[in-house]
Amino acid sequence: MDLSIRNVSKAFEQFPALRDVSLDIRSGELVALLGPSGSGKTTLLRLIAGLERPTRGAIFFGGEDASRRSVQERNVGFVFQHYALFRHMTVADNIAFGLRVRPAATRPSDREIRRRASELLDLVQLTGLERRYPHQLSGGQRQRVALARALAIEPQVLLLDEPFGALDAQVRRELRRWLREIHDATGHTSLFVTHDQEEALELADRVVVMSEGRIEQVGTADEVYDRPTSPFVYGFIGDSSTLAARAEHGTIWLDDRATGLKADGAPDGQGSLYFRPHDITLVDGCGGCIAGIVSAVRRVAGNRRVELAVGGGRERVEIELPADQPVALGGRIAFRPTKWRFYSDAAAAAETAEAVPPAYALTGS
Amino acid sequence: MALDIDAPAATVPLRPTTETPLARGILIAVALAFLAFFLFLPLVIVFVEAFRRGAGVFLAALAEPETLAAIRLTLLVAAISVPCNLVFGVAAAWAIAKFEFKGKAFLTTLIDLPFSVSPVIAGLVYVLLFGAGSALGPWLKSHGIEILFAVPGIVLATIFVTFPFVARELIPLMQEQGTGDEEAAIALGASGWQTFWYVTLPNIKWGLLYGVLLCNARAMGEFGAVSVVSGHVRGLTNTMPLQVEILYNEYNFVAAFAVASLLALLALVTLVLKTILEMRYGHAIAGAAAPH
Repeated sequence: MDLSIRNVSKAFEQFPALRDVSLDIRSGELVALLGPSGSGKTTLLRLIAGLERPTRGAIFFGGEDASRRSVQERNVGFVFQHYALFRHMTVADNIAFGLRVRPAATRPSDREIRRRASELLDLVQLTGLERRYPHQLSGGQRQRVALARALAIEPQVLLLDEPFGALDAQVRRELRRWLREIHDATGHTSLFVTHDQEEALELADRVVVMSEGRIEQVGTADEVYDRPTSPFVYGFIGDSSTLAARAEHGTIWLDDRATGLKADGAPDGQGSLYFRPHDITLVDGCGGCIAGIVSAVRRVAGNRRVELAVGGGRERVEIELPADQPVALGGRIAFRPTKWRFYSDAAAAAETAEAVPPAYALTGS
Repeated sequence: MALDIDAPAATVPLRPTTETPLARGILIAVALAFLAFFLFLPLVIVFVEAFRRGAGVFLAALAEPETLAAIRLTLLVAAISVPCNLVFGVAAAWAIAKFEFKGKAFLTTLIDLPFSVSPVIAGLVYVLLFGAGSALGPWLKSHGIEILFAVPGIVLATIFVTFPFVARELIPLMQEQGTGDEEAAIALGASGWQTFWYVTLPNIKWGLLYGVLLCNARAMGEFGAVSVVSGHVRGLTNTMPLQVEILYNEYNFVAAFAVASLLALLALVTLVLKTILEMRYGHAIAGAAAPH
């Protein structure tokens, strides 16, 4: 089932939770809505499910406007953040619920319902637990029951709200792989909300990065990581260091020092230089480099994180060096980013609008 | 104070947040003495007085037609007012816990009103509303509808006095449970009614039973409001508490205490059931965090 969200806005009281969001999801795709808390990702999910009504705009299921369809009629599978399992029902009854409440005309026979429930239990690898109650299950098991319950109604779209949010890291990784397998096996169009970028990048076909009620960028893991179209995405996904810089005659300058970095077509003026701490190379002397005084050194796994105070403003940036590289506190280090992006202050809004396909263009205030 | 390293191993050090044994002893003694004197002793006396002249006299006193009528009326009033308050309580708790609407805080306050107003005033309000001098009075009279000094008045007064019990019990419980389960149910295709019946009601059933129990105890024992609207017509509009007062005023102590002992028994049964509910389903009643 294709899903199309067109110019949707949602305000709670006076607070805007979503601002003119448009997004197309292809049938069978697994898409992550990624963003910090308060970015509107859960609101978007609830709008698709029909649990909230948009203030403006429309949501299309296939070619059909879903706004006239009630929650029940939309036939979406929704997995809630805290699972919302029915505590007084057994696992089997929880899974069968969606089939049992169907009107008599479309309700399968009791035997068929039982068969389907046990089939789903096999799918989520919980065979033998059908008589347990939710409080007798671990967090990971409850998550699987919640998913089986949502799948039981053969949904057109599967929506998962922070599906692994309440689980510990070990179980998370396991369930992540498992969810991917289930998705590939069942082929449902699926959307999941997460604030964990690792989860989004690893699991999803495409990642929708959201911030303050807007979509910042839509793309594959490689696209959002390697070619972030906005400073927000650069800063939010992966580690990054930032320096206030200036573009002049096609080069990037820090104060009055040339960095040796090209400002690829950016208009002259103030902006921000972004780079990843590990995408740097050390340079001797300084005919075009960034130089700073070492103010802190931390050991991070196989590498060393070095904090430098750069330039007259003593701005702090982090770079990553091999652990065997000697670094002295107070010493001077000169480096040059190997990959970087310069976001011009003045052109930021215009540039962003050009860089993303029109369907995802962010207009508005 | 210096750290006393050489302290004998036998003395268990007190936790810094714990009272001394003496303070604890005094607190417990005060509480127990108070309970014994104000609650336990009167309860014992009720039964002692009721059986003072033997079980035969006790039973004969209960078999009096007027007393039997009072018992029947009390049961009838409870049988009408408790279901009314059950429905009202669930509806009000649902509205307050699960919806946002204007005037919600006001409604919450209104529900508490019967707790903060003297029952006598509740009775007087109905007299003013339905009495002969009220705007409604003549109309009711001309249509032959009796409310005051009749069963409808008693039921109304009882409903007024007891309506907070169910709602008060359910509101915190339903607020704590939130709307997640209901949203899950409708997303799975359940209608509103199915959601209520299969999801909401099972989630609140023990809290509801608890509220009904307290509501029933109060409905049967209410004196003040009922006294104002009943008119004290013997054998017709006297409930058990009113009957106790009348018998007592006539120096018929055995009969008065016999009826009173029934009410006391009701209180004890309520207490036992309440304790059982609290012990077995405490987490499902108090609105405390459920174990999962």
